[in-house]
Amino acid sequence: MIEIKKLTKQADNKLILRGVDLSIKKGETVAILGPNGAGKSTLLKVLATLIKPTSGVIKINGMDLKKNHIEIKKIMGYLPHSSLLYDHYTPLENLIFFGNIYGVKNVEQRAIALVKEVGLSFFLNEPVKNFSRGMIQRIAIARAIVHEPEILLLDEPHTGLDQGAIVILNNVILSMKAKGTTTLMVTHDFKQAAEICDRIIIVKNGKIVDDFRIENHNLGFVSEKYEQLVEGVS
Amino acid sequence: MNIFRTALLLAQKDLYSELKTKQIMVTQIIFAGLVIVVFSFAFDPANNTTKAVIPGVIWVIIVFAGILGLNRSFISEQRNDTMQGLLVAPMEAASIYLGKFIANFAMMLIVELVSIPFLFLLFDFKFYGSIPYFILVVFLGSFGFIAIGTFLAALAANSKSSEMLLPLLLFPITTPILIGVVQATRIILTNMEKFSSAVAWIQLVTAYDIIFFVVCFLLIDYVLEV
Repeated sequence: MIEIKKLTKQADNKLILRGVDLSIKKGETVAILGPNGAGKSTLLKVLATLIKPTSGVIKINGMDLKKNHIEIKKIMGYLPHSSLLYDHYTPLENLIFFGNIYGVKNVEQRAIALVKEVGLSFFLNEPVKNFSRGMIQRIAIARAIVHEPEILLLDEPHTGLDQGAIVILNNVILSMKAKGTTTLMVTHDFKQAAEICDRIIIVKNGKIVDDFRIENHNLGFVSEKYEQLVEGVS
Repeated sequence: MNIFRTALLLAQKDLYSELKTKQIMVTQIIFAGLVIVVFSFAFDPANNTTKAVIPGVIWVIIVFAGILGLNRSFISEQRNDTMQGLLVAPMEAASIYLGKFIANFAMMLIVELVSIPFLFLLFDFKFYGSIPYFILVVFLGSFGFIAIGTFLAALAANSKSSEMLLPLLLFPITTPILIGVVQATRIILTNMEKFSSAVAWIQLVTAYDIIFFVVCFLLIDYVLEV
C-alpha cells in the first residue's frame, strides 16, 4: 500500500529525514513513536504531500507520489494538530465544503451522518468557533474521513481530548480499520498506540530505529522498547 | 476541468464567508466612502479643473481598497491551518490561486459598483466619454491588479509582516498597469479626441494582464508549499 525508499528531507542545512525505508500493507494500523524533533510529523507531511521530499521515492497503491499526487490525495485523509476547519462555518458547512472538494456524492447526507457519528448532531448548525477543543477535534476527525479515505494520516490525534472524545476517536479509527483503511498515527500516547495499533515504528534523528508488531495491546512491551532505544541511549 | 470546478467551490466558500462575516467588503466600502468624501472636500466640485482629479481618485480607491481585501485573502486561511486542508485536498495549487482570484475580483467589482457611481454623484460629474470603454478600463485594471495581488498575497502570507510586505511587493510590479489605466481613464473621461492614445494604453494593460495572470498561475505551486 505504502512504499517508501531512501526518503530524505533537508531544511535549512538540517537533515530532518535521513533515508527512511518503510513498507506498510493495506489495512495496517501503524503508530509512529519518537522524541520531539525526530522527524515523525515531517514524515507524515511528506506523505500528505504538504512538503516535498529532498530525495527518495514514495509509492502509494503503486502510484508515484510526485507524478500522481492528485489521485493519491483522493484516497488520503489527513488530521494534523490543527482542526483545518473554518471557524465561522458550522460543522455541516465545513463538511459539505470539504466533501464537495473531494467529490463526495450525496455530500449533505454523508456530512449529517458523520456529525451524528462523532456525537455532535445537536450542534449541526452552530458555528465551530463556539465549540470546545474536544468538540472541534471530533469535527476535525469527521472532516478527515468525509471522503472515506483508504489511508488515514493522524498527527497526535489524542492530544487535548477528554476521555469521551478519545473513545469516539478510537472507535472511528477501529471502524475505518474494519473497512480496510490503512492508518498511520504519529503519537506520544503509548497507551492509545498499544490500544489501537498493530505495528509500532520508532523514529529517532530522522531514521527508523525499530519496527515491530504488538499483540494483546501490550503497553509494557512498547514502553520497554521505547525506553531502550530512545531514552536509554540519550 | 477539475481546476475550474474546485476553484469555483473555493471562490464560493470565500464569498459565502464574506457574506457571513462582512469583514472585508464593509471595510473596503467604508474606506472608499471616506476617500470620496475627503476628496470632495479638498477639491471644489463646482470647479471645472476638478474633473481632472477624478481618474486618479478612482484608482486610489481601487488600489487601496483592493489591498485591504488582498491582505486578508490568504491570511484568513492561516487560522486553524485551513490552507493545509486545501493543500491536502485533491486540487492543484493553481485551483487555489484561481479560486482566491475569482473571490477577490468579485469583491473588488462590487466595491467599484458601489463607490464609482457615488464618486460621480458627489463630484457632480457629467459623463461625456464612452461608458463601455470606461467599464472595460476599470475591468482590465482591476483584473491585472487583483491577479498579481492575489499571487503576492500568497507569497507574503507566510511572512510575519505580511501586511507591510504586500504593498511593498505589489506597487512596483503593478506600476505599468496603474500608469496605463490612469492614463486611459483620464482620456476616456475627459478628452475623447485622444481616444487612439487610450486604445494604446488599453492594449498595453491587456498584454500585461495576460502575461502576469499566466505567470502567476504557473508559479503558484512553488509559493504555496507549507
